[in-house]
Amino acid sequence: MEKIKTPALSEYLIRLADDRLILGHRLSEWCGHAPILEEDIALTNIALDCIGQANFLYSTAAESEGNNRTADEIVYFREALEYRNLLLVEQPNIDFASTIVRQLLYDTYGILLYEQLQQSTFKPLAGIAQKAVKELRYHFRHSSQWLLRLGDGTVESHLRTQNAVDKLWKYTDEMFISDAVEVELAAKGIAVKSEALKERWFTIMRDLISSATLTVPVQGSFIRKGGREGKHSEHLGHLLSEMQIVARSYPDIVW
Amino acid sequence: MSKTNSLPEPNDQWNLWEVFIQESDNEPHRHAGSIRGADAENALQNARDVFARRGKTKSIWIVQSDHIVATTTGDSASFFDPTSDKVYRHPHFYKHTLDDELWKK
Repeated sequence: MEKIKTPALSEYLIRLADDRLILGHRLSEWCGHAPILEEDIALTNIALDCIGQANFLYSTAAESEGNNRTADEIVYFREALEYRNLLLVEQPNIDFASTIVRQLLYDTYGILLYEQLQQSTFKPLAGIAQKAVKELRYHFRHSSQWLLRLGDGTVESHLRTQNAVDKLWKYTDEMFISDAVEVELAAKGIAVKSEALKERWFTIMRDLISSATLTVPVQGSFIRKGGREGKHSEHLGHLLSEMQIVARSYPDIVW
Repeated sequence: MSKTNSLPEPNDQWNLWEVFIQESDNEPHRHAGSIRGADAENALQNARDVFARRGKTKSIWIVQSDHIVATTTGDSASFFDPTSDKVYRHPHFYKHTLDDELWKK
């Protein structure tokens, strides 16, 4: 197999991995707190899928860098500034409705992205994508069904869900920005130009939101972005401090 | 504080569903346990997440527990006792149990 070693490749893989890890960590915060036992298990299952995908992506990134960094080192010993995830996935859980809406906004994007990444010319990534797509389709089934129930449920669930859609919508444009890293890798057939996914994503989201008797927000002129350059919201620092505390307090600990 | 914010009564729980898992072709669906679910799709997903994520699964059946018609303890004497001393009346006296070749073929 052809060896492709570019900083862009590692950067791209880390982005994908950070999206999965941070979203997975957010979901894991529901463990023991979900509204009903079955849902607790569902959310933590999805969290494990996300973190599992992240693990593969980090290992592949480390391999492509040709150094000995492990997934644990990448995860536990980077600062918020070095994280490359979308701002959307680091937004706090707030309530069940916000969690579901955040998940659905990403799941829809994730399916479209990983469907195409299955054809990546970088074989390890294509392999990861094949597994990820199956998992993402289940995640989408879970989050889209909940959106319909919550939106078309009680007065309170409707209000909370609409509120979540309105609050999170401004983070969605960031998913579709194709910067220099993406363009360079897309030219080699390794990456997907995410700007090309926007139209389908919007159509799916618009139909789902309408079916749930909710209103599609109007995108404001101010787009929240910066995650890919390490410019994060205040929430990521808090998340990382909790996630990293054990590994940093006891370096090299084994469990 | 409005009434909707008070804790739900125990009978406000979602419906109870029985879950049957088939592990591979040519095997029967076997009872795996029960779960709560708001409706059929929700219950099916919950069944998948609770019972099917780790193991080998080919298919899942769910049925609302209310829909199962069962004998009661009071029925036991008249339903079952008359046959207990005539084992040759039971189909499995002659052949297989569930785990036998019959189901594997």
